[in-house]
Amino acid sequence: MKVSKLVLSVSLALGLSTVAQAAEVEVLHWWTSGGEAKSVAELKKMLEARGHQWKDFAVAGGAGESAMTVLKSRVVSGNPPTAAQIKGPSIQEWGGEGVLANLDGIASKEGWDQLLPSVISDGMKYKGKYVAVPVNVHRVNWMWTNPEVFKKAGATVPTTWKEFFIAADKIKAAGMTAVAHGGQPWQDATTFETVVLGSAGADFYTKAFVELDPKTLNSPKMIEALKIFHRIKGYTDSGSPGRDWNLATAMVINGDAGMQFMGDWAKGEFTAAGKVPGKDYLCVAAPGTTTDYTFNVDSFVMFDLDDKEQRKGQNDLASTILSPAFQEVFNLNKGSIPARLNLSMDKFDDCAKVSAKDFVSTAKSNTLLPSMAHGMSTYSSTQGAIYDTITEFYNSDSITAEAAAKKLAKAVAAAK
Amino acid sequence: MSINRILIYGLLGFVALFYLMPLVVMLITSLKDLDEIRSGTLLSLPQSLNFDAWGKAWGTACTGVSCEGLKNYFWNSVVIVVPAVVISTVIGALNGYVLTKWKFKGSNLFFGMLLIGTMIPFQVVLLPMARMLGLLGLAGTTSGLIMVHIIYGLAFTTLFFRNYYISIPSELVNAARIDGAGFWLIFRRIILPLSIPIVVVSVIWQFTQIWNDFLFGVVYSSGDTQPITVALNNLVNTSTGVKEYNVDMAAAIIAALPTLFVYVVAGKYFVKGLTAGAVKG
Amino acid sequence: MNKFSSPRQMLGDYLPKLVVAPTFIAAVIFIYGFMLINAWLSFSSSRMLPKYDWAGFIQYEKLFANDRWWVAAENLLIFGALFIIICLVLGLFMAIFLDQKIRAEGAIRTIYLYPMALSFIVTGTAWKWILNPELGIQRLVREMGFESFTFDWLVNTDMAIYTVVIAGVWQSSGFVMALCLAGLRGVDDNIIKAARIDGASMPFIYRKIIIPGLRPVFFSAFIILTHIAIKSFDLIIALTGGGPGFATDVPATFMYTYSFTRGQIGLGSAASMMMLMAVITIIVPYLYSELREKNNEH
Repeated sequence: MKVSKLVLSVSLALGLSTVAQAAEVEVLHWWTSGGEAKSVAELKKMLEARGHQWKDFAVAGGAGESAMTVLKSRVVSGNPPTAAQIKGPSIQEWGGEGVLANLDGIASKEGWDQLLPSVISDGMKYKGKYVAVPVNVHRVNWMWTNPEVFKKAGATVPTTWKEFFIAADKIKAAGMTAVAHGGQPWQDATTFETVVLGSAGADFYTKAFVELDPKTLNSPKMIEALKIFHRIKGYTDSGSPGRDWNLATAMVINGDAGMQFMGDWAKGEFTAAGKVPGKDYLCVAAPGTTTDYTFNVDSFVMFDLDDKEQRKGQNDLASTILSPAFQEVFNLNKGSIPARLNLSMDKFDDCAKVSAKDFVSTAKSNTLLPSMAHGMSTYSSTQGAIYDTITEFYNSDSITAEAAAKKLAKAVAAAK
Repeated sequence: MSINRILIYGLLGFVALFYLMPLVVMLITSLKDLDEIRSGTLLSLPQSLNFDAWGKAWGTACTGVSCEGLKNYFWNSVVIVVPAVVISTVIGALNGYVLTKWKFKGSNLFFGMLLIGTMIPFQVVLLPMARMLGLLGLAGTTSGLIMVHIIYGLAFTTLFFRNYYISIPSELVNAARIDGAGFWLIFRRIILPLSIPIVVVSVIWQFTQIWNDFLFGVVYSSGDTQPITVALNNLVNTSTGVKEYNVDMAAAIIAALPTLFVYVVAGKYFVKGLTAGAVKG
Repeated sequence: MNKFSSPRQMLGDYLPKLVVAPTFIAAVIFIYGFMLINAWLSFSSSRMLPKYDWAGFIQYEKLFANDRWWVAAENLLIFGALFIIICLVLGLFMAIFLDQKIRAEGAIRTIYLYPMALSFIVTGTAWKWILNPELGIQRLVREMGFESFTFDWLVNTDMAIYTVVIAGVWQSSGFVMALCLAGLRGVDDNIIKAARIDGASMPFIYRKIIIPGLRPVFFSAFIILTHIAIKSFDLIIALTGGGPGFATDVPATFMYTYSFTRGQIGLGSAASMMMLMAVITIIVPYLYSELREKNNEH
């Protein structure tokens, strides 16, 4: 299926569009660093083993802001890539534009409905038809702790927010930072949603962040959560504004801080530093959220293309992504767990095993929730509005929790 | 006068430090290894000159699935920049010539229109231009990107040439006209030979703008034909893993070398070219 | 009007217009046409991708009710004004000093000019590093012994916008200096000599003869600086990411965030229309006065 180099260079010289080449699968993503790039390289290898050519289209930048801009331009110009890294309700937005491919063919052939839990497969469908394929499942409501720090301070790992402040006080008194935090909007939001979940419960969380009920957003329980959230600031260090998340994790790794609220991608940092879970660090559910699970699922959508060869490439790409081999190698590298059910977790570490178990059990008890901070529960417009309000509230010391709750309800309504 | 001179030199020197500091910081950071960076401060000198970061930035750093550093993208940028600079300069020169020596009714209005056009933020044109490129069949091609750069550079090249040519005395041109010389002859024989300094200005400006552009580059190119700024962004803005500041700095300097070179070498002509009234009758 | 004596002469009269025609067409389509499209989108209900329907003024209503927009607008005023004024003043003074027959003028001039060569991403990244309280100047000065020295503007909600001014001035003032230096050198020596003979002092000469003679230079500089100030998107994204929170947001980053990241193209377009309005109200009168005079000169 290799296209002759001569044809390629002639058409390039004539300035023709280079996209319509047989079996060339162009994939847009923003996994450009160490571990993630390695995982994408695995995908490339497996896809090429099936006879296709991978055209890499990497655009780095946070949570893909630049990548999304490029994607939109490409779609508007009538030249979309073959696949793109898109997740959450955005999949529905793109589906609404009518530009996504229908993957039901390969989905029914490989029995995706049986391979994926319904809470995930629903998100991959638009109007009942598969348009995207999931890569992994991240758990967001983790708290990473350094047992040494706790021992030195004589504190115990908290399971409620009341206990949290007791432990934090002890750590602070012992001269260390209680909470390692990076002052960036998405990190503020991650901590915030965990606080809401832990203090007000799963139902409240759903009403607030999925149903966007204004009476829930501006309610006494929300005000309470906001107060707890702001109070955490007093237990972070002065270097936290603007700090990247992995540098905050490093503080916990090095024993400078006791706790970090971060999703399971933080595990990769511990592993890279040679730390052992259970010994050098502990992964526990954030206070008040032991029976809850906020998830973040990365996925690839496929665009509707005319070329038959490319459609075959898309099917093969989707099939590869859900294959046991790829699911295992990718998630081992990235710190998440496979989206595909019933895979052996033997090679995974203890934190991942707990994550996998909890994933299944919380699905049964209806406490498996989409992460608001990571774009799983609302459209990006609403998510952005929440970010703005929360981050402004966190950074300022002059906005009351009552005022913030009011702003939150107003901002969410305006973003609809 | 002596104290004044000391004051002047002192001031100039102090200001020079302000300008140099970031470059110095970038340089020494790129020559340290990661431990030195973490434990030292901004200005602490590297213990030994470690060029590993440079090698990595050029040849092995990851910019996505491919981990081949910046070297391939360097050439991509050259391919994009050279035609765009040449064409926009030529058109700008002709525009400036017309607007000053062959004025017609509405010349100034046209010029004003162009200048207002420079104020349009590029984010605004991203999507409509994408649509246009798609319609023209240039989506995702290098030619399309070059065209975009030419279009949005025309206002500036025209500004430079017009302001320069305006100081070429009209008598010269009028005399030639009376002698029967036409549009092109006057341009070739009289205007062009006097234009070297402003051509340099225009080339330097356009080269810098286009070489350093990120937005148009990331949106209108794809895959292997991406310019170096896109690769630099991918290298520097990775979201996980250890941030290799030394590699980042080395990469940023590599990406800036051509423009730096141009400014250092041609800086003298830059000022000459901007000097109004450089051409005396 | 003379009658055309030949087709060749007729072509000759149209030739200049023909030559500028491509640029004219390009401007009409790619600048003004796109501005019109943007205007339409600001009156549409566009979310993630453009939709050319009619939604009245609702996007503008949303815009004016948006707290973040007002922060962005105010930031542009603060940043724009400071950036332009400081660049002009600094550029002019440095040019005057450089004009004093300095040895090593070439080297110093290169040092002032080179920041312009760097992309905003490079500048933003370098200054982010330098202004970071934990890694940069604050730490440096503290380690030199001044324990309580604080310079955390970069992460301070109220002061962050001024760090953008610092980085921006660093990048662009050298260019203004080059423009002013060129302008200074372009002032006719004879006039200066005559004034000296009449007994005028150097400061007087600068004030009354040279600086007024720099008017065309200020024109170019002002246009270019305004252009840079409005476009300052890359710099802010690289230096502060719009933060802390959205304290360094400007209309350009606001528009980008809402249009592309948050799928609210209608709102983003309304924001850019407001930007365009503001710029036009400032630039057009200035252009009119400057170009009108030039019309009479030659």
